[in-house]
Amino acid sequence: MSPLGDLVVLPMLVPMATAIACLLVWRHGGLQRGLCVVGSVVHLAVGLRLLAGVLEHGVLATSVGDWPVPFGIVFAMDVLSAVMVVLTGIMATAVSIYAIADIDDERVRHGFCPVFQTLIMGVSGAFTTGDLFNLYVQFEVMLTSSFVLLALGSGRRQLVGAIKYVTLNLLASAIFLAAVGLLYGMTGTLNMADLSVALAGERARLAPEMVTMIGAMLIVAFGMKAAAFPMFFWLPASYHTPPAAVSAIFSGLLTKVGLYSLIRMFTLMFTVNLGWTHGLLLLLAGITMIVGVLGAVAQGEIRRLLSFQIVSHIGYILMGLGLMVALSPVAAPGGDPEAARAAVALALTGAVVYTMHHIVTATSLFLIAGTVERVGGTGRLERLGGLTRTVPALGVLYLVAALSLSGIPPFSGFWAKAALVKSGLELGQGAVVAAALVTGALTLYAMMRAWSEAFWKPAPPPEAGGVDERDRPGPMHPRERRLRLGPIVGLALLIVTIGLLPGPFFGLARRAADQLLDPASYVAAVRSIESPRPDWPEVRERLERRRAAEGGARGEGPDASAVEKDGRAADDAAEAPGAAADAAAAPVAVPESAPVPEVAP
Amino acid sequence: MTFLLAIVIGVLYATAMFLMLRRNIVKILLGLAVLGQAGNLLVFTAGGVVAERGQAPLIAADETVLTPPAQDPVPQALVLTAIVIGFGVMAFAFTVFKQAYRATGSDDVHALRDPAR
Repeated sequence: MSPLGDLVVLPMLVPMATAIACLLVWRHGGLQRGLCVVGSVVHLAVGLRLLAGVLEHGVLATSVGDWPVPFGIVFAMDVLSAVMVVLTGIMATAVSIYAIADIDDERVRHGFCPVFQTLIMGVSGAFTTGDLFNLYVQFEVMLTSSFVLLALGSGRRQLVGAIKYVTLNLLASAIFLAAVGLLYGMTGTLNMADLSVALAGERARLAPEMVTMIGAMLIVAFGMKAAAFPMFFWLPASYHTPPAAVSAIFSGLLTKVGLYSLIRMFTLMFTVNLGWTHGLLLLLAGITMIVGVLGAVAQGEIRRLLSFQIVSHIGYILMGLGLMVALSPVAAPGGDPEAARAAVALALTGAVVYTMHHIVTATSLFLIAGTVERVGGTGRLERLGGLTRTVPALGVLYLVAALSLSGIPPFSGFWAKAALVKSGLELGQGAVVAAALVTGALTLYAMMRAWSEAFWKPAPPPEAGGVDERDRPGPMHPRERRLRLGPIVGLALLIVTIGLLPGPFFGLARRAADQLLDPASYVAAVRSIESPRPDWPEVRERLERRRAAEGGARGEGPDASAVEKDGRAADDAAEAPGAAADAAAAPVAVPESAPVPEVAP
Repeated sequence: MTFLLAIVIGVLYATAMFLMLRRNIVKILLGLAVLGQAGNLLVFTAGGVVAERGQAPLIAADETVLTPPAQDPVPQALVLTAIVIGFGVMAFAFTVFKQAYRATGSDDVHALRDPAR
């Protein structure tokens, strides 16, 4: 185990410390803004160090409070987690700089900076936790912060948006919690690595419909949070209402936490009934893309248009995950499993690259939209115009981000889309590939329409609905200009870098995808955490005996108890890789039609 | 006992859904509150209820480990955490809903449409 393991909690601790520091200087708004930027930069540095550590040593993991696994709360970081944490750091840095110009003093006085940092803490925590209930807690930390950021300022529009956002997200959390409870009742563990083994084991195989039902509940809960069809409408109803800096960090990170959780659950744990769960995800992916982009085409306000674009492009990432359906033994009975596995690895790689690309692009677009509203005085496309003359740089930056979102080379979106489309074709999923291509074309149309309306056409005169000269906000002060355009330029450079040098990013995503497809390394890393505390053999022994007795009493037969003991024995670090490899292989090895032993009531 | 709790949970979920589908924002809030309780009870029940022969999960003075049969303490810890989180979130939700009522002057969800600008 690498000594870096214990540092896995740092991406959470740094924003927490920053938030506390901000609270200590509550009366000094300027200082809080500065701390916010510094904290975000430190978070980014920590993330990069951990990413290097993960690439060098493999999965890093630690058990908080040194409780023996699986009883304590575990934090674990594989390549996907590390990449997400680094992206969180980049977005937090960009947005906290932009916020200096965008967020007014009133909002800072009411605590914008500490709440922003707790949001980053929740997001980073969700990316690194290895415990299902802790994931719920991190979600709540993140949601509560986002509620406050959304409602802070209390304009009428903001409150109306916040009601929809709060209600839908609380509903999703309740469903998630119920799923966690049922899963615990079924397996007796909340540790994700442990669950991965338990759900691939004999006991779960006795009740496949139960596992699938819990999987479906998680699809609903995380799908809602990721804004996938059919529960996406809260996002376009709320994301355009708060200040641009807030909607930028939301659009970049919050839906991605839902997506990350879906990817984590449905690669690590719920791989028993691939045909059903991943087939559903693939279907949702296709519909999400099309419905989202059609909504975007119909919008007349720039940030509403972008909100629908976020929904639409969530579909691409879901598509990468959904393509795992090809690993189901039912999907391709006569196919070549090796080829299918390679194509699925490419699909997951594409999904990870797409996530990187989309976080950067979406955040950048919302920051641009905020600047458009600042310079143009409105977000309504028909009232805007002539921005290429007032702020030519903004026009160029918008084009870079918009073309990248539409998947035009040489920008980042092209390669991610290409990987997804290629793997989709290889796996014979023509329908979803068609949806992806149509969505790409419609995205280009919607983004270019916004460009020609806001930037290219001359500003309409006031009698034709344009903004009156007197209402028009003044030009940006040089300092404000630097603060607003600086982060956008940084993100644009990142977009171009991914576009021109996709190699290293694909390499990174490929390693993430390989780890996702083979959970053994994750499971082994978590199980080999050493605890200085005694391992309490008698506790474990009694637990086993009780379980065995319960299994017998419930009529599950000697089979279940034997396997239970087997599963517990695998806790031993030395045996873990073997047991984990079993877990990884199990879904492929078991035919769907495996005879299910009769379970007495 | 489990059977009885299952019925209670079902009724709570049904009540919550019914309330959340109403047009009145206060009823939506109450629905959210009931939904949280239903979820908590579900976690508690799913963790296994051993009411007939169960004891509180207390370790006797001369023992080092818990003597079965005892209630599993983990779901109780989870529910406790969820209650605390739910309390904070509901308090915030009540405030936002009240502010929205002040701003719009209506408790009807139809008044929450995005105003035309």
